[in-house]
Amino acid sequence: MNEREFVDYVQSGGQVETGDWLPDDYRAKLIKFIEMHGNSELMGVLPEREWILRAPTLQRKLALTAKVQDEVGHSQLIYRVVEDLGKPREQCLADLISGKSKFHNVFHYPTKTWGDVGVIAWLVDAAAIISQKALLKCSYAPYARIMKKICWEESFHILHGRDVILTLMNGTDEQRELVQEALTRWWGPLMQFHGNPIPAEDDPMYVWRIKSQGNEEARQQFLDGYVPQIWELGLTVPDPKLRKNDDGVWEYGEPDWDELKHVVTGHGPKTQERLELRRRMLEQEAWVRSVVLAEAA
Amino acid sequence: MIFEVFRQEKKGAAFAHAGSVSAPDAVFAEAFAREQYGRRQESEALWIVPRDAVCEVHDFPDELHKTYHRVDGYSLKAKLKEARERAGTAAD
Repeated sequence: MNEREFVDYVQSGGQVETGDWLPDDYRAKLIKFIEMHGNSELMGVLPEREWILRAPTLQRKLALTAKVQDEVGHSQLIYRVVEDLGKPREQCLADLISGKSKFHNVFHYPTKTWGDVGVIAWLVDAAAIISQKALLKCSYAPYARIMKKICWEESFHILHGRDVILTLMNGTDEQRELVQEALTRWWGPLMQFHGNPIPAEDDPMYVWRIKSQGNEEARQQFLDGYVPQIWELGLTVPDPKLRKNDDGVWEYGEPDWDELKHVVTGHGPKTQERLELRRRMLEQEAWVRSVVLAEAA
Repeated sequence: MIFEVFRQEKKGAAFAHAGSVSAPDAVFAEAFAREQYGRRQESEALWIVPRDAVCEVHDFPDELHKTYHRVDGYSLKAKLKEARERAGTAAD
């Protein structure tokens, strides 16, 4: 098989396995994409971790802890896939903490209140699950397979998040205000989440069928699924231009693409602090790894 | 070491490949596989196998076109028609 035939094969729905011949560029793009996903799962627990000790009830504390365990588990599954493509997990972690590799924009922001925790679990996970469901058809089969388990677990997180939000919305004016403030804070990053609306055909991740949908398609799906759910609670989306046209397409104010670029290149409000925590943890736990490996040897 | 994990979803079902875990030995592999694939009681049983122990084959040549052990090797339609005609039981 040559590269042209490979492209035709994946574009007609074909899937490949680890041991198959893979074009170099395909392998490189896969590693970059999947590694960023693994990084995001790992960094994504930090905004929520900050609230485990401050969760309002024991039940919420347990649910949040379980969600954090799920996300870390996802990062382990995902890094395993990257390892089989040729990049060891240690190298992924080293590139993450040195800032060489990236993670999703939404995990660079602070979680100011319990309302943020609800909005993250509900809407950030909803945005993520739209991308992840599209990966069930990824041309690289080992990645598509683990996505089944990941999507299954994310569906609990959305329920957990929605439950947190509904509880607050049925509470006092102050609690309702907490949700509105959090939604207002997160709307910008949420609209940036799926990336700029480049045509799918110009997106190398789509050309290789690593992704099965374009960025704008994912964002439209998110708006269509969740804006009605936001509105029905009496919440206001902070975008005066947001509306659904007669043809079913959502219109919205232009997301701040400069902010997206600035944030994911390591300049988000919490980027350095969170990477520093990861750096410290890796050093602090190094002895555990060396003891375990020594005992096993 | 890499361990491949196979998961049985319910009693009587086939064990299907679920994914792999990286672990220093079999004890850790079991602990990791339990956490990844069993903590919500979503599995009936797991098989945890060192990757090196898996023998993988891909090629299944059929140079002799041995259709006699496949259903497509038996085309009965014409023969059945003839047999019915000889027996006088063919539909009009």
